Amino acid sequence: MTKSVKTLEDVTIRFAGDSGDGMQLTGTQFTNTAAVLGNDLSTLPDYPAEIRAPAGTTYGVSGFQIRFGSLDILTPGDTCDVLVAMNPAALVTNVKMLRDGGTIIVNEDAFSEKNFKLGGITANPLEDGSLARFQVFRVPINKMTSNAMADMNLSTKFVDKTKNFFALGLMYWMYNRPLDQSIKFIEEKFGKDPKVAEANLRALKAGFNYGDTVEIFTTRFEVRPAKLPPGKYRNIMGNTATAIGLVAAAKKAGLQLFLGSYPITPASDILHELAKLKEYDVKTFQAEDEIAAICSAIGASYAGALGVTTTSGPGMALKTEAMGLALMLELPLVIVDVQRGGPSTGLPTKTEQADLLQAVQGRNGEAPLCVLAASTPSDCFSAAYEAARIAVKFMTPVICLTDGYVANGAEPWIIPKAEELPPIPVKFAKDPASFQPYARDERTLSRPWAIPGTPGLEHRIGGLEKEHITGNISYDPDNHDFMIKMRAAKIERIADDIPLQEIEGDKEGDLLVIGWGSTYGSIKSAVTAARAKGQSVSHVQIKYLNPFPRNLGEILYKFKNILVPEINNGQLIKLLRAKYLVPAVGFNVIKGLPLRSEEIEQKIDSILGGNNA
Amino acid sequence: MPETLEKQPTVSVKLTIKDFQSDQDVRWCPGCGDYSILAQVQRVLPEFTHKKENYVMISGIGCSSRFPYYMDTFGIHGIHGRAPAIASGVKIANPDLQVWVATGDGDGLSIGGNHMIHMLRRNLNIKVLMFNNQIYGLTKGQFSPTSLLGQVTKSTPYGVIDNPFIPVSLALGSGATLVARTMDRDPKHLQEMVRRAEHHKGTAFVEIYQNCNVFNDGAFFAFTEKDARDDTVVYLEHRKPLVFGKQKEKGIRLNGFTPEVVNTTEGKHSVSDLLVHNENDSTLAFILANMIHNPELPRAMGVFLATDRVVYEEQTQNQIARAKAKKGEGDLQKLLDGDETWVIQ
Repeated sequence: MTKSVKTLEDVTIRFAGDSGDGMQLTGTQFTNTAAVLGNDLSTLPDYPAEIRAPAGTTYGVSGFQIRFGSLDILTPGDTCDVLVAMNPAALVTNVKMLRDGGTIIVNEDAFSEKNFKLGGITANPLEDGSLARFQVFRVPINKMTSNAMADMNLSTKFVDKTKNFFALGLMYWMYNRPLDQSIKFIEEKFGKDPKVAEANLRALKAGFNYGDTVEIFTTRFEVRPAKLPPGKYRNIMGNTATAIGLVAAAKKAGLQLFLGSYPITPASDILHELAKLKEYDVKTFQAEDEIAAICSAIGASYAGALGVTTTSGPGMALKTEAMGLALMLELPLVIVDVQRGGPSTGLPTKTEQADLLQAVQGRNGEAPLCVLAASTPSDCFSAAYEAARIAVKFMTPVICLTDGYVANGAEPWIIPKAEELPPIPVKFAKDPASFQPYARDERTLSRPWAIPGTPGLEHRIGGLEKEHITGNISYDPDNHDFMIKMRAAKIERIADDIPLQEIEGDKEGDLLVIGWGSTYGSIKSAVTAARAKGQSVSHVQIKYLNPFPRNLGEILYKFKNILVPEINNGQLIKLLRAKYLVPAVGFNVIKGLPLRSEEIEQKIDSILGGNNA
Repeated sequence: MPETLEKQPTVSVKLTIKDFQSDQDVRWCPGCGDYSILAQVQRVLPEFTHKKENYVMISGIGCSSRFPYYMDTFGIHGIHGRAPAIASGVKIANPDLQVWVATGDGDGLSIGGNHMIHMLRRNLNIKVLMFNNQIYGLTKGQFSPTSLLGQVTKSTPYGVIDNPFIPVSLALGSGATLVARTMDRDPKHLQEMVRRAEHHKGTAFVEIYQNCNVFNDGAFFAFTEKDARDDTVVYLEHRKPLVFGKQKEKGIRLNGFTPEVVNTTEGKHSVSDLLVHNENDSTLAFILANMIHNPELPRAMGVFLATDRVVYEEQTQNQIARAKAKKGEGDLQKLLDGDETWVIQ
């Protein structure tokens, strides 16, 4: 039969199944293929903290959402167009993410009484009419994969493990994608075990062929490449971008990179990435705890390496005392906080922006630090690089905030040229005659970096208050007052070294929507839509959170209203109100998920009084 | 065979005690045992061949942790308990440095206990001087993890109910490769233990009985005072029998796994019955450490254990060298490009 091909501008697919079903792998495979085909894309892995919760239960459901298109893709999508559900629990927990009229592909073999019970479902959702507003395709995935490898003499358990590749193959057919990327992946990943490779390849092809031959699928869709700026691209995840950003900075600075880290979700992948890169002079030290992780990085910086520690919120809390030490010692240090849902253990695998105030203020004493944030997965590269650059130049710890969403999300990235990355000059003190541990550079107010092994520069530093210039212990009241203000002034000086704040849209108007970090895509989508409706709205996304860019105040004062959407209960808004005394309004949804553009748009409407400008 | 690093850089100019004395006034209480420890370290370090600028003294918080300020070397006075972690970072980043940790019973075994045991098991080439005074001095007299059961302190007016740590046992259990005990009031022995630590390749843990004359005066006098020492202390010497007493008339014999005191002059036992120390025997080290539980037995001083194990930072360096040999020096552009790229015209 002939099947029609329809062209779409963008599509959002959500793969959902048991934690053990391989949905993250399926999603990543679909993502890599879309990237190589030149689509713009954005992804949202959405998985539980439990490694393998009991099969079939709702709390064991793992999801992966990808939005890809021929347009500029800013978010992984508020809702999805297609839901691939591997079992009843995956269907009922994810169907609320599906737009009306959307497509559901279910593994009908998993719709058994046993699985209804496990998923806490009383009636078969495929039969009870609850899915009437969607287009439902029932595919016997277990049966089809089992048929595909009938002659291989494999156990049912083994065969079942390949059904994610069947689903992937079917989606490749539906969206007119070649199988090459995934075939290559399977061959590389399972090359050592030809039986496993063969089984997965068969499942992948069976899924593809199923779409081609079965009459229920009458339409294929085409999503053309996006008109991205010319250049060489790769697909990149946020945590990978952070890791290579740190390596790039160390290389450009001519320093050894030292990572002291303790495993924590969702930051551990940075440790994993860096542990592989030994040929880049990267030393990774998996410490006994979060405190040792940062303290070892401080020691490494003292010895002349670029010290880095990576963590998430609970780990940040443990590191606070050592951050204070690092700022007293005035040594370069990069602290990466991949934020997750809090407080306490909170929602380890979900995203949140609730560590901002902790980063800016969460230490004992007057302890200002430079804080910056990454806005997209690929922006993690530049944020990490910039954090290292500032840390070295100003001899200070710098906190780089990312979050679970950008850390695990992926997008296409124009690969920078190594030789064009900004230089990071490093000057170690050498001259004993002029050396004073706490003498300061006039422009940056930074002190010299004097590393052990340098003859004649023997000196002691510590957490006790320092005397200006000499660095000797000092309890002098005037000196303490002076040094507190000096350390604050040094951080303020960083504002002279960072770009002015950019604004998207008009420089004045009715409403400025101002965000930071990973809400970039959601806010930009909402503001773009509002402007298309004729509303006078502009967008500012702050990367430098402490100190703020010099021109931020001027920007704020030119708007009648200020809206601050955040995935927290109002943190940036407090900093803005405190510093600029502006009557800002917050928009705070803290569900462990990226903000929905549609909801921001509604908030814009409500502030501006409906849809008119 | 573990691969080893290049030879440590050495000096030709002879250093003196003055080279290790900083310009800072020493601010410990007059009469404190810390003065002796500082003096012995300053006296012994010039004997070695390392460059002065390669020494780094790391400490945490407490009276003992002021140590780096008084040494004219590089140093960090860190935060409470974290000296081992800071020192580990220094040593891994630059294995050529001579890294020493000055800590106390509170800093090293209470708030920093976790870091201590992990540094010991990793076997970094770091030297630890653990000043044990069985009390919190800087916070003015609360009990520490080595304070004795029943000890009355400011925070235990009815007596300590926490079972104390035996630092030597803790270090042995953590996998330390050199474990020793000495005292502030025996400068010669203290110097010798500093030398042993210096010469050891791996983490050296030296417990030093140190008198806090303000908050816990005389805690160790039974073992440290010249007239008492002969009968209450047995000095451990490699391959020598455990002999003590004013006339060297007593010794330690092993009865099964249990040490007991015997007299070698009364005819029943001779020196040949005595336990002969072997620094390389970790089982014996545990038995000697456990002598502390029997008040009839003298307190053992000296090197309990000295063994060889590959040091951590060498393995770090070796992994880097092997990766470079296999993959070549890391090319930044290759890293940026990743595995898969495509071009948009």
